[in-house]
Amino acid sequence: MTEEWKFTTKDIAEKPDLFLSGHRACAGCGPATVLRLIMKATRGPTIVTEATGCMEVVSSIYPYTSWATPWLHTAFENAAANASGIEAALKIMKKKGRIKQEHVDVIALAGDGGTYDIGIQALSGAVERGHDFLFVLYDNEAYMNTGIQRSGGTPLGAATTTSPAGTVMPGKLEPKKPIAEIMVAHEMPYVATASPYYWRDLLSKVRKGLEVNGPAFLHVFAPCPRGWRSDPAKSIEYSKLAVESCVFPLWEAVNGQCQLSTPSKLIALAPQKKKPVKDYLQGQGRFRHLLTPQNQKLLEEIQRLTDERWQRLLKKCQTT
Amino acid sequence: MKSIAKQEVMALNGDEAVAYAAKQSDVDVVAAYPITPQTIIVEKFSEYVANGEVQTEFICTESEHSALTACLAASVTGARTFTASASAGLALMHEMLFVTSGCRAPVVMAIANRALSAPLNIHGDQSDSMAERDSGWIQIYVENAQEVYDSIIQAFRIAEDLNVLLPVIVGLDGFTLSHTLENVKVLVDDVVQRFVGTRQLPDVLTHEGKKVPFKLDPESPMTMGPIALPDYYFEFKRQQEEAMKNALAVIQKVNSEYATVSGRSYGNGLVDVYCLEDAEVAVVCVGSTAGTIKTVVDELRQEGVKAGLLRIRTFRPLPVEEIRRALENVKAVAVMDKSMSFGGNGGAVFHEVRHVLYDAKAHPYVVNYIYGLGGRDTSPQELRAIYEDLQRILQTKRVEKPMQYLGLRE
Amino acid sequence: MTTREKSWKEIAPAGVCSKSSIGFLTGDWKTYMPVRDLEKCTRCLLCVLFCPDGAIRWKPEKGDIEFDYNYCKGCGICANECPTKAITMKLEQE
Repeated sequence: MTEEWKFTTKDIAEKPDLFLSGHRACAGCGPATVLRLIMKATRGPTIVTEATGCMEVVSSIYPYTSWATPWLHTAFENAAANASGIEAALKIMKKKGRIKQEHVDVIALAGDGGTYDIGIQALSGAVERGHDFLFVLYDNEAYMNTGIQRSGGTPLGAATTTSPAGTVMPGKLEPKKPIAEIMVAHEMPYVATASPYYWRDLLSKVRKGLEVNGPAFLHVFAPCPRGWRSDPAKSIEYSKLAVESCVFPLWEAVNGQCQLSTPSKLIALAPQKKKPVKDYLQGQGRFRHLLTPQNQKLLEEIQRLTDERWQRLLKKCQTT
Repeated sequence: MKSIAKQEVMALNGDEAVAYAAKQSDVDVVAAYPITPQTIIVEKFSEYVANGEVQTEFICTESEHSALTACLAASVTGARTFTASASAGLALMHEMLFVTSGCRAPVVMAIANRALSAPLNIHGDQSDSMAERDSGWIQIYVENAQEVYDSIIQAFRIAEDLNVLLPVIVGLDGFTLSHTLENVKVLVDDVVQRFVGTRQLPDVLTHEGKKVPFKLDPESPMTMGPIALPDYYFEFKRQQEEAMKNALAVIQKVNSEYATVSGRSYGNGLVDVYCLEDAEVAVVCVGSTAGTIKTVVDELRQEGVKAGLLRIRTFRPLPVEEIRRALENVKAVAVMDKSMSFGGNGGAVFHEVRHVLYDAKAHPYVVNYIYGLGGRDTSPQELRAIYEDLQRILQTKRVEKPMQYLGLRE
Repeated sequence: MTTREKSWKEIAPAGVCSKSSIGFLTGDWKTYMPVRDLEKCTRCLLCVLFCPDGAIRWKPEKGDIEFDYNYCKGCGICANECPTKAITMKLEQE
């Protein structure tokens, strides 16, 4: 493994943005901050390919582009297949002496739509084939670009336009698909979760993912004030609360060996620091219905499921 | 290239001929998924890769959709790419066919034409690629294994031409051609390499204000595949149509150039005419059945019937001038379709030929025969009966059945 | 002054974008704008990192940060995350 990347806040602040201002994301967009930070962690020549979704649309409204790197979008379900083709082309062209760069990093970006659901086939295939690329999932927990429809990444109880909180059904009845665990089960070199509030952790993980020789998967929590009906000023704060309440724990798996990242490790060591799920949910319009007496049971179920998944993670991370 | 190059005869079936041509064409990336009757193409190519006979990255993708995606992405990174599919696989690629032509990526794809489900059928008909005729891909249909070998090599030149930059489908009839052994004359490696050459890239103006080669390169970043709203989208489609128009000349040019190297040409590259100069009755056909029809035409000519055949080799772009000129003086035409356009009052080829003839100075009778669906065999007798029908139409000056189904149990 | 849009003959194929989004000013989206108390600001640079639009920049030559109101959409993340509450969101006048 290469030497750990050391950086100061000033280093990162000074590095020119590769995801440029002037994009059309909503005010307070979590994914936009995530993308800016990810691009700060690049280490050299990079090609980015993206699935259809919020970040793709806001950054490439012809004739304008917010990308200072080469960038390709083709369709919704195939960011990982794009990356496979780009990586293979670079590999063979280098062999044939047609590429001047020593190495080019390939990053595939997709939202929860293009990863959990329609994108999972291409992702799973690309990882199984061992292509050298980093897949970053920016998770805003619904198909936001088309109007807040539920995805496999929408959490239990959340109201979306296709899982509304109605009189008979209180939001999404299915739990959030454990996508990062699914990727760990692929026995791939590197899987990690990250959250933009913990930006240092996020940057190091992006860099680690790029350094891996083979496929790497990074699941980044990315609050959407529009879709979550939350205060745009609080997008980064929610990305902190999600970790503090263990709704979105931070960990990484290097060659399948799981270990907690510092923010979540601190909670494991001092369980009294773990915040109740309610602290995280309240203030988000998509969970408002859970605070009524008739949905008390569902709120309890969400807490129970969060705790169960947290305990499972702790057990997995114990053997390090 | 002044004299015909040295060639070797190999016993190859259509699929093997495709693989061999791709092998010689210095392809950089092949991303493919197996489907009957194309499997031999990918298997043969895998052998070449495993034995180090080609310098190609071979990606066994997890679906056809990803196969075409990977080829497209590799192509816009600057690689020469090739793939193959058929039937349901091509149908699964549908979305990406439009994206590939929209991205002006010169991907070459062999289609071992096969019927579409349901019901499931693995045999040859042309429903799969006919259903994709609007996708912006050039479509060339071959008559035999020799032609598929020649056409794959030509396809790279056609696709990569700077005035074209469109992906190409080369269609060969499933099983009839894909799995039938023929004697195929193959060129030697360096002759093919010289013919296909290295891929040239046009220069494009990027958002950095630089004019750089059209590919994903960190040295000169560009954004490809953006969202183009109603105020911009239309112009990109018009560009694609212009490229199709340019392809008409390029296909002819490549066909003649290839002839000087190999000694073989296929009509003018767009259409292949057989005994049409003074024909009174003629059949229009796409694909391998043309071979059988030629035998029937010879027979009829012996009997004094002025019979002829027009084989449309290039279906997209539609060779309007050639089709009109070829059929203008024919009195009765039967257009054969190995696919159906349900509810469309005739098959795709029938529609297009009739549409072309609308502007001709004389209007022959034009009728449609749907045949061969699901790989149903077509005998010389059935083909002969078509000519007899045409003669009857001329005699009675009446069309009783504008659309018929050859070999269907009514 | 109106600039004529390019014809199909003049644009690059495959939708290759011809302008950087730096030329698209999103600053007029905001209703509230961030105002900084220079005394309270410790130049921790968190606002620079968290701004979704990259509208706050660290200027090493000045040893200070700079708000680019041409792109700021007034989301308030900077104000919410500032550890010393040096930034307040004020209603944008005119």
